[in-house]
Amino acid sequence: MNWIHIASILGAAIAIAIGSVGPALGQGRSVAAAMDAIARQPEAANTVSRALFVGLAMIETMAIYCLVIALLLLFANPFA
Amino acid sequence: MTINSPLESHIVFTIGSVPVAQPVITTWAIMAALVTGSWWATRRLRVEHPSRVQAALEMIVETVTVQIRETIGGAPKPYLPLIGTLFIFLLVANWSSLLPGVEPPTATLETDAALALIVFAATLWFGVRALGLRRYLATFAMPSAFMLPINLVELFTRSFSLTVRLFGNVMSGAFMIGVVLSLAGLFVPIPLMALEMLTGAVQAYIFGALAMVFIGSAISEASDNQQGTPA
Repeated sequence: MNWIHIASILGAAIAIAIGSVGPALGQGRSVAAAMDAIARQPEAANTVSRALFVGLAMIETMAIYCLVIALLLLFANPFA
Repeated sequence: MTINSPLESHIVFTIGSVPVAQPVITTWAIMAALVTGSWWATRRLRVEHPSRVQAALEMIVETVTVQIRETIGGAPKPYLPLIGTLFIFLLVANWSSLLPGVEPPTATLETDAALALIVFAATLWFGVRALGLRRYLATFAMPSAFMLPINLVELFTRSFSLTVRLFGNVMSGAFMIGVVLSLAGLFVPIPLMALEMLTGAVQAYIFGALAMVFIGSAISEASDNQQGTPA
């Protein structure tokens, strides 16, 4: 195990750890806003929840990108 | 403990010089099951006294139709086969990991890329069909000509993100279950598998909903243009 392997593992762990913080905050905010909107206007619940799902999927993609980078570092590292 | 790379797929056999991987076989099995199941379920459709299978099928078709009508707008008929097939196939593919020994084919990058390419082509097709080629291409420079590169890049990045989103969600679920299974045996992975069922259903819905949103944006640019130009 040379230093490139060690750096790759550390890089993967850091990528996931930091990369999941932002999407978590963003998803929390969007769910809170959607709950607020549904509480104010219960008849718009269908529209709001569909927009919420699509938006959550968009935000979640950021975390998924970090996951893919981590997997590339671990399993398909071009330098190791 | 060795973990197989989730980015590579196991090649089972080769036909001539074409290697056939495990996800391809699973995909064809799911397709065969869906086609046979659809043929069997729609064999005897009746208007009066519908059977239980027919009632369930009508509920699925009705739900998808309502979703399409609310998201895309207009008559849902041209989009129903594509969106419905995508949703049902993805649901079955994501849940196929519940069968012992079966890996979901959506946990490999290639399957997801193929599905995203279908959505990409369908977006172009419906856009061109609604507007004609010249005016559909003009929508890429729509607010102003400066938006042209951004719109072109968006066309490709959203297909890419569609691929990576489905791959990441399904694969990470299967990966987590594999890791937990190798650490602690009997009942521990069951809550994770239940969570994975929920994730699979949500991802199938998200994929179908995003396909509808993409097609709807191509169509609605069309209707905006028609309102903008005096007829």
